[in-house]
Amino acid sequence: MSKFRMHLLVCGGTGCRAAESSLILESLKRELEEKGLGNEVQVIMTGCFGFCEKGPVVKVMPDNTFYVQVKPEDAAVIVAEHVIKGRPVQRLLYVDPKSKEHVPDSKHMGFYRKQIRIALRNCGFINPENIDEYIAREGYAALGKCISELTPADVIDSIKKSGLRGRGGAGFPTGLKWEIASKNKADQKYVVCNADEGDPGAFMDRSVLEGDPHSILEAMAICGYAIGASKGLIYIRAEYPLAIQRLKIALGQAREYGLLGKNIFGSDFSFDIELRYGAGAFVCGEETALIHSMEGMRGEPTNKPPFPAESGFLGKPSNVNNVETFASVPVIISKGWEWFSSIGTEKSKGTKVFALAGKINNVGLIEVPMGTTLREIIFEIGGGIKNGKKFKAVQTGGPSGGCLTEKHLDTPIDFDNLVAAGSMMGSGGMIVMDEDDCMVSIAKFFLEFTVEESCGKCAPCRIGNKRLHELLTHITKGNGTMADLDRLKNMCNVIKDTSLCGLGQTSPNPVLSTLNNFMDEYVAHVTEKRCPAGSCRELMKYSIIVDKCVGCTACARGCPVNAISGERKGPHFIDQEKCIKCGACFEKCKFGAVLIN
Amino acid sequence: METIKITIDNKQVEVEKGTTILDAARKMGIEIPTLCHMRLDDLNIENKPGGCRICVVEVQGRKNLSPACITKCDNGSVIRTHTPRVMNARRTVMEFILSDHPKDCLICPKSGTCDLQNMAHRLGIREIPGQEIAEMSTYRKDTSPSIIRELDKCIMCRRCEMMCNDVQTVGAIGAFNRGFMAAVGPAYEQNLEYSPCTYCGQCVAVCPTGALTEVDHTRDVLRAIVDPAKTVVVQTAPAVRAALGEEFGMKPGTLVTGKLVTALRELGFDYVFDTDFAADLTIMEEGTEFLTRLKKFLNGDKNANIPILTSCCPGWVNFFEHNYPDLKDVPSTAKSPQQMFGAIAKSYFADKININRKDMVVVSIMPCLAKKYESQRPEFSVDGNPDVDFSISTRELANFIRQANIDFVNLPESDFDRPLGESTGAAVIFGNTGGVIEAAVRTAYELYTGKKLNRLDFTELRGMEGVRQATIDFDGFPLNIGIAHGLGNARKLLDEVKAGRSNFHAIEVMACPGGCIGGGGQPLHHGDSSILKARAMAIYEEDRNKPIRVSHENPYILQLYKEYLGEPNSEKAHHLLHTHYFDRKAKIVVKQ
Repeated sequence: MSKFRMHLLVCGGTGCRAAESSLILESLKRELEEKGLGNEVQVIMTGCFGFCEKGPVVKVMPDNTFYVQVKPEDAAVIVAEHVIKGRPVQRLLYVDPKSKEHVPDSKHMGFYRKQIRIALRNCGFINPENIDEYIAREGYAALGKCISELTPADVIDSIKKSGLRGRGGAGFPTGLKWEIASKNKADQKYVVCNADEGDPGAFMDRSVLEGDPHSILEAMAICGYAIGASKGLIYIRAEYPLAIQRLKIALGQAREYGLLGKNIFGSDFSFDIELRYGAGAFVCGEETALIHSMEGMRGEPTNKPPFPAESGFLGKPSNVNNVETFASVPVIISKGWEWFSSIGTEKSKGTKVFALAGKINNVGLIEVPMGTTLREIIFEIGGGIKNGKKFKAVQTGGPSGGCLTEKHLDTPIDFDNLVAAGSMMGSGGMIVMDEDDCMVSIAKFFLEFTVEESCGKCAPCRIGNKRLHELLTHITKGNGTMADLDRLKNMCNVIKDTSLCGLGQTSPNPVLSTLNNFMDEYVAHVTEKRCPAGSCRELMKYSIIVDKCVGCTACARGCPVNAISGERKGPHFIDQEKCIKCGACFEKCKFGAVLIN
Repeated sequence: METIKITIDNKQVEVEKGTTILDAARKMGIEIPTLCHMRLDDLNIENKPGGCRICVVEVQGRKNLSPACITKCDNGSVIRTHTPRVMNARRTVMEFILSDHPKDCLICPKSGTCDLQNMAHRLGIREIPGQEIAEMSTYRKDTSPSIIRELDKCIMCRRCEMMCNDVQTVGAIGAFNRGFMAAVGPAYEQNLEYSPCTYCGQCVAVCPTGALTEVDHTRDVLRAIVDPAKTVVVQTAPAVRAALGEEFGMKPGTLVTGKLVTALRELGFDYVFDTDFAADLTIMEEGTEFLTRLKKFLNGDKNANIPILTSCCPGWVNFFEHNYPDLKDVPSTAKSPQQMFGAIAKSYFADKININRKDMVVVSIMPCLAKKYESQRPEFSVDGNPDVDFSISTRELANFIRQANIDFVNLPESDFDRPLGESTGAAVIFGNTGGVIEAAVRTAYELYTGKKLNRLDFTELRGMEGVRQATIDFDGFPLNIGIAHGLGNARKLLDEVKAGRSNFHAIEVMACPGGCIGGGGQPLHHGDSSILKARAMAIYEEDRNKPIRVSHENPYILQLYKEYLGEPNSEKAHHLLHTHYFDRKAKIVVKQ
């Protein structure tokens, strides 16, 4: 293996690739070749760095210099200045929003300061398409340790003691799950990796698979060893072509190195993994639906029990874990459960990856220890609310989570605290809302997703969610009554209480949590026919303040439906019958004469 | 048997481990309401997707309500079936279901026999909150030769899907779409006509609402009756007489043959005949064909096409034409009794009463929906004039009788017309699974051995077991017989035949569970298999009461051969009473 004096790590995460980071990679390579540095400096495309807000990201190692918002044409200056002369390119460094100073490395950036990367440990460090780089960072050592030093019971014991809980949403203790699967006797068992990440805006699992595919393969093999399974299946959505491609490469390399296949490390343990593609149905993230989908059946959940650990894929005991859960497994084995369980809160150990999105300055992927508060995440890591607006709420747990408010900001985040606060961990989506967001509309927005993604098997989810959505629409149009609010709440409770699977049992959460935390907004919609956030179009009224209007006619010319009349240099008026509330007049007026209420 | 102790509604009970809450409650006399759940005990058929959520109950210690139909009792479970929480949930879920269901009950074919309507009444639903803003899931209506699908009325109970896939292994329909627009139908929302549907009608038989119904031909029949130029001849299948009474509140298993004949006369049919006559004829033809093949087989002819497969059941014929076209020479070439009847009525009988076949309308009363399709097959017509003009189901006849305000229960009894109304006990048992082969054995034995049978009840061929086999001693020769009812069971036997592993000489197949008595056109059983058993008993009772119980002794059959056909399997008999089968695999269109 050749040695390089310097590595240029170009982010190959979804966001950065969308911003043409592959062109940056090519430009850097070209520049280096031209300068004859091809053998000295290596350019690698890595997995996601997480700081998508400022992408594309390029990191220079070993200097640890972190360049943000790099363009392909910046390649020349990076090579000429940094690579050749050793002078970091100041203008490409991250600027701290408070001190306005250039920050040379990621360690000192607010976004990274509070993060601890366990699941994402290799994302942004290694070339995911090169097994040697994974091995160089202790990859497959944990599998080796399991097979050569530990009994399956020891492995399960370590995972149990580590306190690792499922990262897919429900937070079931992973070790216990493995133990149950290991105790069920069968001629064939399966290890299933749930890579059907479907929350809108979430890309935690995708980033792990794209940035560090071997960690999942290793963890699945460890799980196979622990529960006595020789086959693994990764259920991954076909919309993740890059993750699929990297998994395929990783599988090929691992087989070639004898880390998958027959008699791994010369032992009598054999294990191999196949990929199964999903068509992108959210409900297929539910483990029984996932298994049916893999079997070629309709992706629908079935009642539990029986749990997959008893009767799963093809009726055989199967252990289903989420990508992020698996990603933590190898480190727990190599660093020890004591280390892992020292991180986090009493009942939630380790770290959690969140996809930060919404009205927040630093959109991206973060990994923090359990117990970090929402305030730390939103205001320190996330850099606060965009455009200096006021924080209003944060939706955790994806579309079936709940909206938490100001009063929850200092709650340490873990599985149980989030549930107690009326939300959930979910797979780790985190969407931040500011004062301009109408909470009734937000609830409606999330429900739209679950209505779309219900499989249709059970009546409360199939029809009930649709009815909830219709009633919310009714309210946002100003047609609701106080009695409707009672009905809304009852419908939510019944849907939760009677639905067959986790989707329906949680889909009313955004409605219930907003009803609990923002009842005043609902009441304003139904009694005053007013949207306090000013976002429900049907409830808005545009008018012109006569004193401020100078008669420039800009509003009248901008109105698409000719609803504004008035003489030049005289006051203008809006015909409320004609007005479609598009807001064009408000945008056009330079004198602040258009009033919205 | 391991038992556990549970408490339901404050009463303790001991049940077998693995019992569901629904069954445990039922045992105590507590009837938890269910909608999607359905079970036919003796036939091993159960639909329990746990989808409707009407049967939810409170189980102490569980966060959410549990569906009683699929939740097994744990030792010490404390269950409550009617707390305010449960009742509110049930009502709310029912309101959801009704909010997406058409409200035209007044003119719905299922009105009065609809499970959803009954449940709405039982739960006391008097309004549907929010109906004015509720969107409905609507679909195009699909009409096939036998079955109408009106999916606006589908409540996703999945019973039809279970019948079509798990029981019948036909696979014509399955759930499509997701969420609010989910419903059950052929792949890509294709018309049923282009699917592998056999028209067995078992989907219709279990549909709780008006989503799946039969094509109603009663108005066509009425039009024929009022037409003075037409002579209208009616034939009625054996299974009809054992079930029609249920439609008028009579006990399941009540035989109503005599009242049925009177009712048909009152409705204005010119001749009231019996399909059983044609069943006797079938035995003559099929029995002779079988013995011919058997002799060839015993002489070592590898192309003797043994085992012979019965061919009376049109659902079964459709099934093998779709699924086993390579075996299409194996079934008997004998037409079904319905079609034999039509062919004889429009030739032999038309000649006898001296009318042109075009002036004769043959109507059949059938327990079956596939018969509608069968009667429309082009090979069963002469110059575009079908041998059987209209086939109506037992349910349609009951409606017809009600519309004519005939007091069915108090009708006097009367007898079929002659000559096509005379039949034997062997013909009657065609209505039960095992009946066709039993009738064939009675005749074939005597023809084969030349000896008189000393017993007529072959109980070893009877029963509700899905696949049965028996060996009958044909005077020293062991005749191996296989029987299957339900197409899934038929598939098991067919696969054996195809693989060359079968040692049967003859196999009887009926598409519907229980045979024709459980047909898709029969009065609805609503998941009560004791009704099917009672009908089967009634059929055997009718057989026992018949003076003649072997087909080849039916004097009118003998007369028919003497006057018209010559002998069984003669050229004329072949022309009128035999058919051939088609490879219809290619007719299935997956996507247009």
